[in-house]
Parts: sequence; structure tokens; C-alpha cells
Amino acid sequence: MNARTLSATAISARGLTRRFGDLVAVDRLDLDIERGRIYGFLGPNGSGKSTTIRMLCGLLVPSAGEIEVLGHALPAGSEPLRRRLGYMTQSFSLYRDLSVRENLDFIGMIYGLRKAARAEAVRRALHEFELEDQRRQRAGTLSGGQKQRLALAVATLHRPELLILDEPTSAVDPQSRRDFWDTLFELAAGGATVLVSTHFMDEAERCHRLAILDRGRLVAEGRPADLKRDIPARVVEIETAEPERARQRLLGEPWIASIAQMGNLLHALVARQQAAPAAAIEAVLRAAQIPAAAEDAPANLEDVFVAATGFRKR
Amino acid sequence: MIETLLRIGGVAQKEVRQLVRDRPTFGMIVGIPLLQILLFGYAINLDVRHLHAGYLDLANTTDSRQVLQAAEASQLVDFTRRAADRAQLEAMIRRGEITIGLVLPADFTARLRNGTRPAGQILIDNSGPSIDNVARQLAELPLAFRQPAAQKTSRFALRVLYNPERYTAVQIVPALIGVILNLTLVLFTAIAIVRERERGNLELLIATPIRTAELMIGKIMPYIVIGLLQTSIILAVGVLLFDVPIAGDLIDLYLAALVFIGASLALGLLISTLAQTQFQAMQVSVFIYLPSILLSGFMFPFEGMPRFAQAIAEWLPLTHFIRLVRGILLRGATLGEMQHEAWILAAFFLAFMVLAVLRFHKRLD
Repeated sequence: MNARTLSATAISARGLTRRFGDLVAVDRLDLDIERGRIYGFLGPNGSGKSTTIRMLCGLLVPSAGEIEVLGHALPAGSEPLRRRLGYMTQSFSLYRDLSVRENLDFIGMIYGLRKAARAEAVRRALHEFELEDQRRQRAGTLSGGQKQRLALAVATLHRPELLILDEPTSAVDPQSRRDFWDTLFELAAGGATVLVSTHFMDEAERCHRLAILDRGRLVAEGRPADLKRDIPARVVEIETAEPERARQRLLGEPWIASIAQMGNLLHALVARQQAAPAAAIEAVLRAAQIPAAAEDAPANLEDVFVAATGFRKR
Repeated sequence: MIETLLRIGGVAQKEVRQLVRDRPTFGMIVGIPLLQILLFGYAINLDVRHLHAGYLDLANTTDSRQVLQAAEASQLVDFTRRAADRAQLEAMIRRGEITIGLVLPADFTARLRNGTRPAGQILIDNSGPSIDNVARQLAELPLAFRQPAAQKTSRFALRVLYNPERYTAVQIVPALIGVILNLTLVLFTAIAIVRERERGNLELLIATPIRTAELMIGKIMPYIVIGLLQTSIILAVGVLLFDVPIAGDLIDLYLAALVFIGASLALGLLISTLAQTQFQAMQVSVFIYLPSILLSGFMFPFEGMPRFAQAIAEWLPLTHFIRLVRGILLRGATLGEMQHEAWILAAFFLAFMVLAVLRFHKRLD
């Protein structure tokens, strides 16, 4: 290991840009990702998460900007990086007509593991990811959760220093998602850096640090708790017997940035400069003869996301 | 170095496992050679016999009946119809009931003796190939039958070397080794990379440390074995069923087959790096397969083709392999005597391989 690889930064990018024809998929992104942490990319479909991830893996060449991953400048250093990188693609990319064990064995050979080391690595992976009972089963017949565990087992088989996961839990049930995240924390505790993209708020909440992407731009970055505390808006929860009418009425107010219904509760995002927002909302609803009680509430990550993506009213 | 071998071995092992589980493809490996050799071996016969024929015998004499018997005894024709007049005979040909009609006029015997006018007439349906050839042989018959041998001595004595019995199968089957290898092997590797792309495996594979050349070599290795297996199947059936001789050395033949197999597989890989879908890859393969069959000398003599067609044929691996395989199997030539053809195939293999490796990028853009 040389001095560079021991630096505290796993990934850094400056002015990272990727265009597909006229479309700017990723627009002047700056990133600094610390080692040994779980770093999240949060954003809707088409926000540039996958394109950014592919550039960081050396699979796409940036249109502009600089990348350094584990001390390798990309795209020039893609090949040496690949030995130290584990990548889990968004769609299942293992061989459906090979068994679980055969898939692991194949990847072991590709990473140059000798027979004994390979057998040990495959045995350990089957055990760690609870795939021992499925080891003879064809990968194509596995359940969503099993497929995802196999994909993660394959991505970590060669014990990479950096693990990049592109929406790993999109086809998985909640219990499998929780187990999956426990595994990610174990890997991070073991010293690996994990970069994971998601569009689930609860998953984003669990990351050490988070980047919120919207239409190719980085719109917010920081620890989830800091992002919620520093949200440039105020959150008000409104309890009312007529949520739909109340919602319609409040949407007409220019100082209300967004409003979402949760059962009988309305969750409103209000511009920060509005003084006493709860009282202001109650006043508006009283004038419209809608009985309601409003109070200030702490922001959740979805509020942060809505605030960061420019208050597009929903 | 060991890592390289591990990676090549890993890819090869994976290909074999996938192939064994892909029943239709696995069946193609044995099924296509068997089906093709039986079809081509039995069905293609340029040496036509037993054509359906009809006759119109207006003479009805001993001479005319003897001519008809001689014609049938030659096995060139089987008389299945007898016409009452000329119009009826022509109608039979038009309806496709017969392809040859023999007309013996009322004064047949007199014409035969006189010798200045044709004794009879042969009507042929030449809408299919090789029929006029039979008619010409048939036209010789009455003369040979009636006239003293001295009068029709040929100016040249013909000696047919290598395949004196003129069995078409003997010419076809050796070349068929090349045609079948060309069809199956190009197709196998043409879909090899595209299939990984379509099934989503490629994005994972290119994110690993595998080198392009390792991937390509690993991909073709199992098919080299398959190609040699197919060669053996066709050869065995050719020898057992069609009496194809093995005049030369079998080692020479397998060496020639090896370079040709390599060239075909590398060509398939190159196609695979050009195509975006399996369907495109198949179309490009067929696009190359058709001229290979028609121009390589498999169906028609190479020398009879126009210059530009010959020039194209020289760029097809099959042309060179067909020369090699006919030389070794039928004429007993050694690989050393025909080495320039083998070198050309080796050059094809190298060129296609290098182009395929250069064309393939471990990137998604």
C-alpha cells in the first residue's frame, strides 16, 4: 500500500459531468467520500445515480471532470481499481443457468483465487449470506431476496476495499432489506467503504452520509441528522377531519411549499421566513371553515428531499 | 500468469456448463451435422438417374422397342407414361408428370439406317438443373446401340482421377465438413458476447479484472473441441455411408480443421462485438454464410466463376478449407504441399481475433 491509498478519502470527484447527446445526465458533481463509511445516493429515477456510479466504477467515461477512486485517477486507472472494487449492478447480472455455487466459483476464478483459497471463499460466502441450502439451485430460480444476497456475496467474494451498490434493495421484501443493511454495517465495520444508491427514505436515513441528487445535480449533502436539522423550511403537521378540502385550500397559499396527506394527518412544508407557521395555517383553515389543529413538527428525510429538489408542488 | 490461466479456465468452464444446460443448442452440435450430411449426402446428386420419362412410339417396330429398352437399361430414365400423340406428350411435360419425352417417328427404322436425319427427338424440361446433361447422354444411346464401335471413337480418352465413379457424395461430403463447421461455429460465437449483454451479465463481467483477450480465448476454447467433434462425426458418416476415401493423413486433416475452426470462431467473435442484439448477430452470420456456400467451390467450380466472385471467395475462410479438405481426403495431398492455404486460414484467425479484442471495450459507452 502506498501513501495515497492510505488517505482518508475513498472517492473524490470534481466537476463530474456526463452528457448523452443533448441530455446532461450528471451535471458538475463534486463528491468526497470517506473510507469505512456507508455513503448514500438518494434521488428519484433519472436523477443521475446510476450514471454517476458507473463513472465511479470506470464503466463510463465522464464528459468532463476528474475522479479519483482509492488513489486511482479514472478512467486511466480503471483496471488496477477493479481488483479492489466490488460492484453490484442494479438489475440481476449473474448467470441464471448456473447454480449459486457455480456463480461464486466462476467469479472466484475471475478474481484469480487459487483452488484452495477459492473453495474457502465460496464456503464462507455461502455461510455468511445464508445460501448454503440453495448452493445447488440455479440462480434464475432464486427469490428476490436470495438473488440479492447472491449478488452481494459475489460482489464481496474477493474482499474489496470499496463496495458500490446500485439500488440493491429495489426488488426485495422489508425483512430482507433490514438483513441486507445489517450486512452492510458489518462490512463497513470491517473497514470497507460502501457507496449505495437508493430511492427509499428509510435506507437513506441509515447512511453515515448522504448526497441528494436531482436531475443530475447535487442538491444537498451531509449527515442525515444535519440535513434534517438544517432544512431550509419548517414542517407543520395538521390534524383535520377534512384532509382533502384542507389540502386543496392550503395548496393555494404561496408560502406553503408542499403538502402531503398521511391518513388524517397533513404534512406541510412551509417557507422558512414564515413566522409562526402553525398559527398561520390554522388561521387560513378557520377562515375556510375547516376545523383543524396544527403544530410544528421535526423534519424527516423526505422533507429534506422535497426542500432540496426545489419545492415542486405535489 | 496463473491468474490469466484461471480466468481463461473460468470462462471456458462457465461456457461449457451453460452449453450443456442449453438443450436446443447442445442438440444443434450433433443434430445439425448429422441432418446436413444425410440431406446433402443423399439428396444432392448432380449425377442424375431415374428421371421420369414418357415416350411416343409412332413406329412401333423391333428397332424402336429396342431403343426404348436400351434407354431404360441405362437407368437414366424410367418410362412412366406412354403418349398417343405429340400434344399429349408435351402436356405431360408441362404438368410436370415427366421431365423427358422421347419421340420415335413412324419412319424411325429408315432414319436410323439412312443416318442423315436425326432418328428421333428428345424433349426435355430444363427448368431444373442438370437435366440437359442426362438428355445429352441419352442422345448418344441409339447410335451406340446401332452403329459399329469404330465409327464413334472419341478423339480423347478420358481418365477420371480421384472419384472415378463420379459419386457426387464423394465431392460433397469432405467440403460439407467445412460448410457445417462454418454454419454452427460462427453462429455460436457470434451470439456469445451479445447474449451476455442482453442477459445483463456483461456489466458485472466488465467491472472485474478480466482482460478482453482472456474473455475471448476462454469463450472459444470449448467450441474448438466441439468443432473437432463435429469434424469427426461428419467424417465418420462420410466414410461409413458414402464411401468417402481418406487418401491423405488424418493428422493433416485435423490440423487443417483446427485452423479453420479457429478462424470461424474468431470471425463469430468479431461479429459479436459489432452486433447489439442476438438477432443482429444471426443476420450478419447468415449474410456471410450464403456467399460462403455459393462462392467457396462447394457447389460450383471455383474456376468457372467471374473474377470478382473469385476475389470475394478468396476472402472467405471456407474457400481455403474446402481446397485443403478435398486435397487431403480425396487427392492424398499432405498439409505441407498445401501449406499456403493453411497459412491463410491462420492469418484469418489472428486478424479476426485481434480485431475482436480491439473492438471490445470494458465500458458501457
